[in-house]
Amino acid sequence: MNPLIQDLKDALLAMPGIQLESTEFRGETTFFISKEVLIPICLYARDRMAFDMLLDVATVDLLGEEPRFQVVYELYSLKHGVHLRIKTRVEENESVPSLVNVWPAADWQEREAYDMMGIKFDGHPNLTRILMWEGYPYHPMRKDFPLQGRSSEVNEVAFTEEAPLGGGPFVTIPTQNTTEIREPRARPIETIPESI
Amino acid sequence: MNFLDLSGMSPGGTSNRSKSPIAYDSKIEGNIVITRLDAAINWMRKNSLWPMPMGLACCAIELMAASAARYDIARFGAEVMRFSPRQSDVMIVAGTVTYKMALAVKRIYDQMPEPKWVIAMGACASSGGMYRSYAVLQGIDHLLPVDVYISGCPPRPEALLDGLIKLQEKIMKEKSFLTQRRAL
Repeated sequence: MNPLIQDLKDALLAMPGIQLESTEFRGETTFFISKEVLIPICLYARDRMAFDMLLDVATVDLLGEEPRFQVVYELYSLKHGVHLRIKTRVEENESVPSLVNVWPAADWQEREAYDMMGIKFDGHPNLTRILMWEGYPYHPMRKDFPLQGRSSEVNEVAFTEEAPLGGGPFVTIPTQNTTEIREPRARPIETIPESI
Repeated sequence: MNFLDLSGMSPGGTSNRSKSPIAYDSKIEGNIVITRLDAAINWMRKNSLWPMPMGLACCAIELMAASAARYDIARFGAEVMRFSPRQSDVMIVAGTVTYKMALAVKRIYDQMPEPKWVIAMGACASSGGMYRSYAVLQGIDHLLPVDVYISGCPPRPEALLDGLIKLQEKIMKEKSFLTQRRAL
């Protein structure tokens, strides 16, 4: 683990009332926290550890699990060149505290998360749709939203219809086959010279 | 063209009027073409098709290439890209029409004066293309009457020029004087 992140983790664990788990994968550290302590942790990371940039806010729909959604924050420290990922979980009818007052970059990212996944952010100054139009009734990136879409209509603004899928050809089919069978043009790895 | 031989007239234009030769003049003879009104109107229309460039995606890059020097859409009289619908004749829908943009495209089409034509350029404008999606209109022909569909993803400029020539051929077959639709 990066010493800066180790320092941050130790300092956070010393603070009262903060539960924190972390994993390490290929040099990338992820903190798992509860959404109640999101803002204190982010403020501490920003002010004390110079995580001055919010790169991205992503959301994961873990349909069938409780809580349903996962919100993923990608932090970066320009000063130290260190990445940190923070994940928190939220139920469908709950909301996450907004990070707009911590990093202004969270504004549009959280609007996109609200638009596509339907996650609400407490304290956001303008939580409206950013990609679809106001009045569109669905959140299209949810797992239970069909690939072909659903029909809707907002008079004089926009309408949608179901797209004809016809079983493919753009739907991938799960398979157990190896790369050689699925992609015959792929070169076996031992034929690739090391100089590449 | 020299319509009248006015050499007999004085600069004042009044004194020698009785000699003015308003009559058959052999110089005019080679300048008269007899044709049908339909053919004349269609010929004028097809050779001055001013496009409304509805550039929505990468097809618009090929549309720009078609109007640049190498492909030179000016050879077919369609070089005057009009960014106002009031001055354009043919809407070239070049690119992916999302549902968010669809009614805006329709509105711009409605603002174009008659007669007007539509070219659906590329797979997305023709059928939604590879976007079988909640966000993409599955072909602009759900909203507009399309005259020419151009395949390709994106089509090359030659394909656009071919589609333009096809539209010109279609215009030449119209009964423009009899069936002139009026904008409502």
